[in-house]
Amino acid sequence: MNPSVLILGATSDIGMALAEKFAQNGYPLVLAARNSQRLAPLQSDLEIKYGTGCEVLEFDITHTDTHQATWDKLQEKPGITICVAGYMNENERVIKDTAETLKTIATNFTGPVALLNIIAADYAEKGKGIIAGISSVAGLRGRQSNYIYGSAKAGFTAYLSGLRNRMYSHGVHVLTVLPGFMDTKMTAHLKLPRLLTAQPARVADAIYRGILKKKNTIYIKWFWKWIMFIIRHIPESIFKKKKL
Amino acid sequence: MKKQIANWGNYPRIESDEQTFSFTEELQTYVKKKEPFIARGYGRCYGDASLAPNTISTLRYNKVLSFDTEKGIFECQSGLTLDKVLAIIVPRGWFLPVTPGTKFITIGGAVASDVHGKNHHVDGSFSAHVIEMDVIGTDGTLYTCSPTLHSDLFRATCGGMGLTGVISRVKFDLKKIETSYIKQKQLKAKNLEDILRLFEENNHYTYSVAWIDCLKKGKGFGRSILILGEHAKKEDIPAKFRENPLKLPPQKQILFPFNLPSFVLNKLTVKAFNFLYYGKNLKREINNVVSYEPFFYPLDAIQLWNRGYGKKGFIQYQFVLPLESKAGLIEILHRISDKGIGSFLAVLKVFGRQDDLISFPREGYTLALDIPVRNGLFPFLDELDALVLKYGGRLYLSKDARMKPEILENSYPHLSAFKEIISKYNPQSAFSSLQSERLHITSR
Repeated sequence: MNPSVLILGATSDIGMALAEKFAQNGYPLVLAARNSQRLAPLQSDLEIKYGTGCEVLEFDITHTDTHQATWDKLQEKPGITICVAGYMNENERVIKDTAETLKTIATNFTGPVALLNIIAADYAEKGKGIIAGISSVAGLRGRQSNYIYGSAKAGFTAYLSGLRNRMYSHGVHVLTVLPGFMDTKMTAHLKLPRLLTAQPARVADAIYRGILKKKNTIYIKWFWKWIMFIIRHIPESIFKKKKL
Repeated sequence: MKKQIANWGNYPRIESDEQTFSFTEELQTYVKKKEPFIARGYGRCYGDASLAPNTISTLRYNKVLSFDTEKGIFECQSGLTLDKVLAIIVPRGWFLPVTPGTKFITIGGAVASDVHGKNHHVDGSFSAHVIEMDVIGTDGTLYTCSPTLHSDLFRATCGGMGLTGVISRVKFDLKKIETSYIKQKQLKAKNLEDILRLFEENNHYTYSVAWIDCLKKGKGFGRSILILGEHAKKEDIPAKFRENPLKLPPQKQILFPFNLPSFVLNKLTVKAFNFLYYGKNLKREINNVVSYEPFFYPLDAIQLWNRGYGKKGFIQYQFVLPLESKAGLIEILHRISDKGIGSFLAVLKVFGRQDDLISFPREGYTLALDIPVRNGLFPFLDELDALVLKYGGRLYLSKDARMKPEILENSYPHLSAFKEIISKYNPQSAFSSLQSERLHITSR
């Protein structure tokens, strides 16, 4: 029998696409989001289409004091956890507003870390489990146009890599997902180059395969690996003068 | 996001700021915006009905909300497309109550256009099967309406081209089936008299439609192939299909790779096509069992077949004339064959009774034909409009891209009642499309 899958941030476009992908392949689901009312249509949709069990859980990734209780509330612990929760606003607004800066860091970094620590400890005790974290290529080098979000994702990427290292000996696998541009609500206000932009269903397919094959780090659309390779290797003396 | 959009006829093409939403509250927030807009589904109406400088796409608002497999009642959000509905209901022994010739339309679009199918003379149009729906009004209010609840809104929304509000949820009933196959009969008709007689004789069939050769003159004027069908029962299908009688047909699509240059379609090539198409049925009568896919959706197998009409696009001209106006049908067909602008697939069907507020179908003959956009076409279509009007008929708004407002005014008898309901639920013309402005249904 397939383990159940916990999706943290299930009302995001990637969260919904992942739910569809796993339900289609016969995995029971636990859908978690801040606004659980929004999950009801997705829940009925998946149950009717695929006949899979689908539980709904209300939680807030930034309310770290409730994380332990949220995890304890789950009767049967999902064997796979995918953290899709994230937040991005316009960089200009974020840097001028401390509350926005802290929200960006809490939603993309400290919140996920606090919750995944709890889940990882439980998986380590059981000696099995899979954790997938959706980080971003934006975390691979800080750029003036998006460095608050980018630095939070950089922190999250480093956390996932450390977690993978620690969990290896416990039989727990950790996958880091580094998407580039995606066609979602988060990026709806941006004009993105079509060729470089991935559709949510495509992203979900790639993550599903990455989990099944126990990959360590995956990029969505292969060329992002090479784009970021180049961006990371531009000497800082040149990079700092560029408008990126 | 700003992008170029066009509907299936590729005429007209405009730039539109298209937004999307996944949740009802997001839609309720969007509708309060200042600029007018129109909701848009898969863009399979032909003309300018779902075009506007601001549009909101329903395609991400596509969840199934309930499915009563005992009673055959289905409920979903408006952006779900018919192909997805079929994939869910067919394996459980149900079918769409009414389906147009493509499965790539949304449920919201099916209601807004009040689509009809090959079974119109038996089952009416799509709205006849709608039990209840939600419509989001200008101030974000969610109205639940049905034939008895907010019935004015319900009547004006069925076939109302999205002008009363954004359809968000639809609950409708389904048709019970034993198999996913169709028992099909094809009959050749030598001329127009022959095909109209065959329609009459076979009106007990659930599904009926005819392909008609609009270019043939003389003795063979109006030669046609009548296609009839019934949902096959288990005993009707070959033994090898019986193991899985509700099997979903494979979804193979080939892509029409580029826009065909417009000179390819001319009188000669269309005549040649029609000759071959009519000639391919050697026998006068053919009986067979086919999957529902080729029976209902033959053209869905070719993705973007509209490219065949070239970059300038095409007009699908569809009108209906009352049964007593057979002379009108003959006159219009003569004008088309004289002009030599017929299309590959001209479709003739006899509608049953219907008298809704603004829906297109009414009892009579309906003819639909695709004509590539070229110089001189619009004046010619204006002439046809005058004939349609003279014989008491009307045009289908979902196909229309060029009709003049006075034609609409004089051909839809309940238009003023429709406009009154629009002014009640959409007083500031917040919901408005290129079409509604062109036809003076709304005014900004």
